[in-house]
Amino acid sequence: MDIHGSEFYRNIRLASDRVNHSVASTTDLPRFYMPGEVITGMQDFMRGHGTSTVGDNLVSSVAGVLQKVNKLICVQPVRSRYVGEIGDVVVGRVVEVQQRRWKIETNSRLDSILQLSAVNLPGGELRRRSAEDAQLMRKHLQEGDLISAEVQSVFHDGSLSLHTRSLKYGKLTQGTLVKVFPSFIQRRKNHFHNLPCGISVIIGNNGYIWISPLHQNIMIEENKEEIQNDELQPVSRADRETMSRVKNCIAALVASDVKLDATSINFAYEESLKYESVKEFLEPEAMLDVAFLTQHRIKSFMEGYFECFILKTFS
Amino acid sequence: MPNLLLSSAEKVFILHGVNDDYRSDGRSNMDYRPMELETDVVSHASGSARLRLANTDILVGVKTEIDVPKPDKPNLGKIEFFVDCSANATPEFEGRGGEQLANSIANLMQRAYHSSQAFDLKQLSILEGKQFKGALFNTRIPLVKAVLMDGGNVDLQLSDDPYDSKLLDVTLCKIGEKCVVDPSAEEESCSAVSLIVGVTGNPRHYSTEALDAVPEGGKCSTIAINGPGSVAQPTLKDAIKQGM
Repeated sequence: MDIHGSEFYRNIRLASDRVNHSVASTTDLPRFYMPGEVITGMQDFMRGHGTSTVGDNLVSSVAGVLQKVNKLICVQPVRSRYVGEIGDVVVGRVVEVQQRRWKIETNSRLDSILQLSAVNLPGGELRRRSAEDAQLMRKHLQEGDLISAEVQSVFHDGSLSLHTRSLKYGKLTQGTLVKVFPSFIQRRKNHFHNLPCGISVIIGNNGYIWISPLHQNIMIEENKEEIQNDELQPVSRADRETMSRVKNCIAALVASDVKLDATSINFAYEESLKYESVKEFLEPEAMLDVAFLTQHRIKSFMEGYFECFILKTFS
Repeated sequence: MPNLLLSSAEKVFILHGVNDDYRSDGRSNMDYRPMELETDVVSHASGSARLRLANTDILVGVKTEIDVPKPDKPNLGKIEFFVDCSANATPEFEGRGGEQLANSIANLMQRAYHSSQAFDLKQLSILEGKQFKGALFNTRIPLVKAVLMDGGNVDLQLSDDPYDSKLLDVTLCKIGEKCVVDPSAEEESCSAVSLIVGVTGNPRHYSTEALDAVPEGGKCSTIAINGPGSVAQPTLKDAIKQGM
């Protein structure tokens, strides 16, 4: 292929044509606080996360949006590392195998810990972990492996203890990881989704999103051999195309500051179908278009939902 | 990024994708991500440009000076390259950290422009044996994926037209059996070796002559190999062809 052809140059654009990715209308934009900005005088307000007192004033210490619960004032940073909470679903990567535990990178300030006693061992039965198990840890999970897990507890220094003691958690096989800021993730009841387009996503609360073909979720420890084979099976072209489309949808939504959950990803996917080839939709204009249409659909969807709710409550 | 960890299944996925000519963001092996170009960004330089591609950000400035040529080449000008890696890109570049990478890029550029077919140094000379113009000054920010150079023209004007590029370096990463341009960090960690091919621009894109009069296709002016892996001969030939 001739890279000097017009196709190559179509990729280069001038900075003056840069696209503004903002899709929010100016009316519904929340007040954005900068570090050091005075929020209020100290009179009977409580100082929460992301704030500090300077003289008589309460000032923001991070760049983010205000959250007020009664008298408590917090500023939630838009760009930060992940601050874990018990019960969160996270996607993480094993960085170290240690004595009876794994160190997992989960985008938080400190590495998280997965105890050997907090995993489902092959065989499935519950038993004490023997010294043999400790020696075979690397067989189970080795450095670089990706896992999905749940936050079991938070240590006093803010580092997390994870567990994978359920069949839905565990090692992830073929697929792609997308990293976004944790503030883009909408907290939901369920973070494991099988999208109607035929792929599954795990939207980790820590901002790591795992996109994979559908079949890999049937992960039962008994057919471990089968899983190992499955790991090496090439993913079909159709699945691959859908996965990359979802990946680019997420990129488009994040560029335009739209929160991510199954609904928004699904809407974006449906809107993106008008772009036939997936790479077309790496262009900033196309990304903005998809994000805009998605935002619009979410808005009308929410309004419809509210109307239903009001009708039900007051009739 | 060498310290990027990937699980074996992810590597397999990327490998199959490259074999299938369909990468994880929908690009084929020969597709670049969208780039952004800005010109005349440095007021002190005779010409300058800034190119952004994903997280890569390159600032190039061309500075001209009148100087005396080397005694053995009285009718030729000279070009010098200087590359600097900003520590803003990665902490590894702090202090002298980026120096090795910077020097290797500068040497590569020097070599790429060495041939008279790539860039005619005669253009730079004003008065044979006496004086010449020209020193190219090239500043570069994070990890290099592809370096686009606007050739320093005789009249030292850089046009806004990206079609003007005269020499281009293409970095190809070998993943599995095939080569890939503009790899993402994940793809890069899957490849053991990468190949940099310097290509002169297709004359059709900047020539003022009639299209038929100009030969098509660029010429390869330099090749460099990076990384611990090896490249077999047929792959090398394919890769060079692909780069051109």
